[in-house]
Amino acid sequence: MSKILMKGNEAIGEGAIRAGCRHFFGYPITPQSELPHYLAKRMPEVNGVFLQAESEVSSINMVYGAAGAGKRVMTSSSSPGLSLMQEGISYLVGAELPCVVVNIMRGGPGLGNIAPAQGDYFQSTKGGGHGDYKLITLAPESVQEIIDLMAKAFDLSDQYRNPVMLLGDGVLGQMMEPVELGDIKDVKQTEKTWAASGMKGRNKPNIINSLYIQPEDCEDMNEKLFAKYAEISGKEKLWEEYQLDEADIVLVAYGTAARICKSAVDKAREKGIKAGLVRPITLWPFPDNVIADAASSANNVLTVEMSMGQMVEDVRLAVNGTCPVHFYGRSGGMVPLVSDVLAEIEKLAAGGDR
Amino acid sequence: MMKKIFTRPKALTESPFHYCPGCSHGIVHRLVAEVIDELGVADDTVGVCPVGCAVFAYNYFNVDMFQASHGRAPAVATGIKRSLPDRIVFTYQGDGDLASIGTAEIVHAVARSEKFTSIFINNAVYGMTGGQMAPTTLIGQKTTTTPAGRDQEETGFPIKMSEMLSTLDGAAYVARVSVHSPQHIVKAKKAIKKAFEIQMSGKGFAMVEVLSICPTNWGMSPSESLKWLEENMIPYYPLGVYKEPAEVK
Repeated sequence: MSKILMKGNEAIGEGAIRAGCRHFFGYPITPQSELPHYLAKRMPEVNGVFLQAESEVSSINMVYGAAGAGKRVMTSSSSPGLSLMQEGISYLVGAELPCVVVNIMRGGPGLGNIAPAQGDYFQSTKGGGHGDYKLITLAPESVQEIIDLMAKAFDLSDQYRNPVMLLGDGVLGQMMEPVELGDIKDVKQTEKTWAASGMKGRNKPNIINSLYIQPEDCEDMNEKLFAKYAEISGKEKLWEEYQLDEADIVLVAYGTAARICKSAVDKAREKGIKAGLVRPITLWPFPDNVIADAASSANNVLTVEMSMGQMVEDVRLAVNGTCPVHFYGRSGGMVPLVSDVLAEIEKLAAGGDR
Repeated sequence: MMKKIFTRPKALTESPFHYCPGCSHGIVHRLVAEVIDELGVADDTVGVCPVGCAVFAYNYFNVDMFQASHGRAPAVATGIKRSLPDRIVFTYQGDGDLASIGTAEIVHAVARSEKFTSIFINNAVYGMTGGQMAPTTLIGQKTTTTPAGRDQEETGFPIKMSEMLSTLDGAAYVARVSVHSPQHIVKAKKAIKKAFEIQMSGKGFAMVEVLSICPTNWGMSPSESLKWLEENMIPYYPLGVYKEPAEVK
């Protein structure tokens, strides 16, 4: 099949349609706006629902309604909008509702700016809202990978009855790349016998609820969630290993930062420096075992992020002191240059202090 | 054999209500359930309960139910109705939920003329959290956060939701009723039934505001509360139909 040129934000929309998602609720915010623009046109073509909500708070609660009614549903926003959605996401987790939430991250904190950033790693992978929970967090690095991950996002969300976060940044959302969409296939969806969609002859009502007024029951619910998270951690980690053969310096980066790191690794190898990269594709569950393995035979680990350093904490936990873990980052919407990352690699190769 | 002339509506479960003595929620739950029975739509109905005293309504209505976050029931109902346009969807919300934290959600659901029904319980006080001032608390009314009585200089004025929402073009039916006497309960049921029928005919958004009593947080006996509602709430919140489709007038 031939390739077509697509923006990352549009690819998220098309990927969702192809994954069988027919319900989208969202509120405008840069730099993800091309996604609602795309779905506003595309959803009616497939008899789907596109609705512009009055706020991100409403968007996520509309998602709660559609998800509880048994539909594949998605919302999308950028950093400040995700902050507004956190209460709703916590409710979705507490009621064990599947959905896909997209965050095309921008510079922060506060209103920040509309430039690409990775400052929402903690918010995405550590829970984000109130209570003990995790989101399966997928971090694509290219427009093609967005297309490939969207079906996975909806499938994981249905399988584990937990929201899935697709985490990108302004670069990924805005850039155009050639993609192969593949054939449109019938999507097999699991039957949602738990959905509250009208009893229709059932003799007991289905209830979508996250209230457990007895502490014993609420603790049971937390334990149930974490048993599920243990299973997800065991089965669903995704990552890419790049040039790890005999790597003395192991870089760890995701999304746009990983693209930059790949170029830096290539240039380092050209100079005879044995550098490699681990690129987590699932930020939660975090591929800590892979990073630990790579670090066990390395001299240095270098984490590169478009933030002041968030994932680096998980990298340090994974490496667990077997070698030094360094950090290089740009923030506030600044993107590291390949030459900047290469300079960091060369410093480590020379044994110099950072 | 004796003939059974009064029984529990099928749309209510066997669970005993947890509400305080005299509370109006039990009456309004029953009216909604009777309407669901009479319309024969229990199999097609999905309800959304709020945060507030009615948070456990999912234990009482014998239909598929959602529990929504505080104030967001209209957004949740929008998601349900847009997913399942042939189902009957209702929200059941108190004054803190609908008229304070959830004003954006109710206003925009009405503006979009979402085809669901909202039952709005106005008892002029926060119940579950301990009797604080509500957006509908009357001037001079004592609550735990207005111990000297609500002072308009400090806390502004009570919100008249039915009047406000009926100005929106998306409102198909808006009525304010009361449940302080048997005659008014009969009228309240008629309004609730009409609000469900309007939804079923696809005419748009319908809301019934129900003036209710909260003896516990008002610090009165149930009978004193009924009198207080009649003498104080109805003058400020006049009963009546604020909006209805032209053809059903």
